[in-house]
Amino acid sequence: MKEINPKIDRTKKVIEITGLKKAFDDFEVLKGVDLELYKGENLVVLGRSGTGKSVLIKIISGLLKPDEGRVNVLGEEVDRLSPKELDALRLKIGFSFQNSALYDSMTVKENLEFPLIRHSKELTEKDRDRIIRFVLEAVGLSQAMNQMPSELSGGQRKRIGIARTLILKPEIMLYDEPTAGLDPITSIEINKLINEVQRRFNTSSIIITHDLTCAKAVGDRVVMLLDGQFQRQGTFEEVFDTDDERVKAFHNYNFIE
Amino acid sequence: MKGLTGFQPVEMDSSNKNTENTRSRRYVISKRLDRIFLELGHVFAFIARFFKEVWFPPYEIKEVINQCYEIGVRSLPLISLTGFIIGIVFTNQSRPSLADFGATALLPALISVAIVRAMGPLVTALIAAGRVASGIGAELGSMRVTEQIDAMEVSATNPFKFLVVSRVLASTLMIPALTMYTTLVSLLGGYLNVHQNEQTTLITFFYQVFEAITFLDIAASSVKSVIFGFTIGMVGCYKGYNSSKGTEGVGKAANSSVVTAMFLIFIEELLIMQVINALRVF
Ligand SMILES: Nc1ncnc2c1ncn2[C@@H]1O[C@H](COP(=O)(O)OP(=O)(O)O)[C@@H](O)[C@H]1O
Ligand SMILES: [Mg+2]
Repeated sequence: MKEINPKIDRTKKVIEITGLKKAFDDFEVLKGVDLELYKGENLVVLGRSGTGKSVLIKIISGLLKPDEGRVNVLGEEVDRLSPKELDALRLKIGFSFQNSALYDSMTVKENLEFPLIRHSKELTEKDRDRIIRFVLEAVGLSQAMNQMPSELSGGQRKRIGIARTLILKPEIMLYDEPTAGLDPITSIEINKLINEVQRRFNTSSIIITHDLTCAKAVGDRVVMLLDGQFQRQGTFEEVFDTDDERVKAFHNYNFIE
Repeated sequence: MKGLTGFQPVEMDSSNKNTENTRSRRYVISKRLDRIFLELGHVFAFIARFFKEVWFPPYEIKEVINQCYEIGVRSLPLISLTGFIIGIVFTNQSRPSLADFGATALLPALISVAIVRAMGPLVTALIAAGRVASGIGAELGSMRVTEQIDAMEVSATNPFKFLVVSRVLASTLMIPALTMYTTLVSLLGGYLNVHQNEQTTLITFFYQVFEAITFLDIAASSVKSVIFGFTIGMVGCYKGYNSSKGTEGVGKAANSSVVTAMFLIFIEELLIMQVINALRVF
């Protein structure tokens, strides 16, 4: 069980979403979502597959456009920004993809260099090397520098994916199913890493998952996405302290499997 | 009156059914048409985006050079072999018909026109469609499926510019170069065959080759291969970039890249041939 981060600043909202709706053709995925993320907080979004969790963070990072509602990230309305302004905002958001999304054709080092070369042009090669070493050490994979992504295990790929987002010092981290497809021990290591990132880099994070162990380990606050809306929120215990069959089913299913 | 009314429901019923039927059939057709036009709209938007973005920095020069290497240099072995063999075979197969008229001396001129005007550009483009368009389609398709394109976008790098613009540029530059090379290798193959059978010297052969073609032939071939190159890059990128999710999306993207590119190349060949023929008499 996670100790709630004492550094959470409940007066500062880094993300504020109200009345968010999103449909694909006739299929409504998000039906009015309200959410706020406070500075320094780890917010876990729980939900079954296909409930629109990924859609939610893709809207936050501007990959998808909302149909209705306000999406405010770091004081900016995401869907109203020009491409340039959106890019500037995106540099403050780290996005860890479900399958890590490492660039297959590049080595680990080139993967990490890719954002640096483009966005920190003032850095010399030596500076870049130093930063790369630093983030690799932060995710505990210093030895992987010259390997290709295909040579890494799932857990290692996840770490490199997280390192690649940390390299631009984001204020917000979005994790899409960080433990999906990993064995329990590796999952626990990734959970620890998420907490360490929160502490060391002072980030506010949204962690999307259907893994309750993960939710328990990393969440300062948990919300549950059911039927396109957030039905429950609070600490992990508070969320599951209910008679709602759907919530109970989710809990039981997770611990049987 | 009674008889009429007695009939009427039946008539109405059947006519009703009929319209219903045609209506639903029309509905299906119109839906399909809608989809075709929607797709066409996407294609034009994609091409327009290329022309909008190609002029402005950041120019991903390093990636363009990488792709030129990938598309140009890596295609050389296959192109060399194919071009050479086509030169030999084409010459060999043309000989009997000319021999009937005792005109084998015209062989170099015949080969020259056929290869420079048509076979060089076409063979290069078809081979590139098989190798390059499918390669680009599969690569971008798998990048789309594994969210690498999204990852690029959220790290504030324009994936269209980095991936699409660079590949289309490289293909537009390299296919003409490859075409020139294929043409030369084919002619060389033709020369070997002619030399062996008619004992023509290299100098005489190439003298006759250049005698037979005009500036318009070379210009037309160059323009044609630029258009082929653009088509190949564009088709591969469009199919890959818009590939559907799931692993089968990658295979589909690669496959339909080849089919579509080849189809378009033949259509373009036909159209360009008409234009050139019109220019010849102009
Ligand atoms: N780009 C898209 N186009 C059409 N449908 C989509 C798209 N993205 C997601 N969906 C649909 O939205 C629903 C929610 O998807 P997603 O957010 O990926 O679920 P999850 O909660 O498992 O992450 C799914 O049914 C999916 O089919
Ligand atoms: Mg998902």
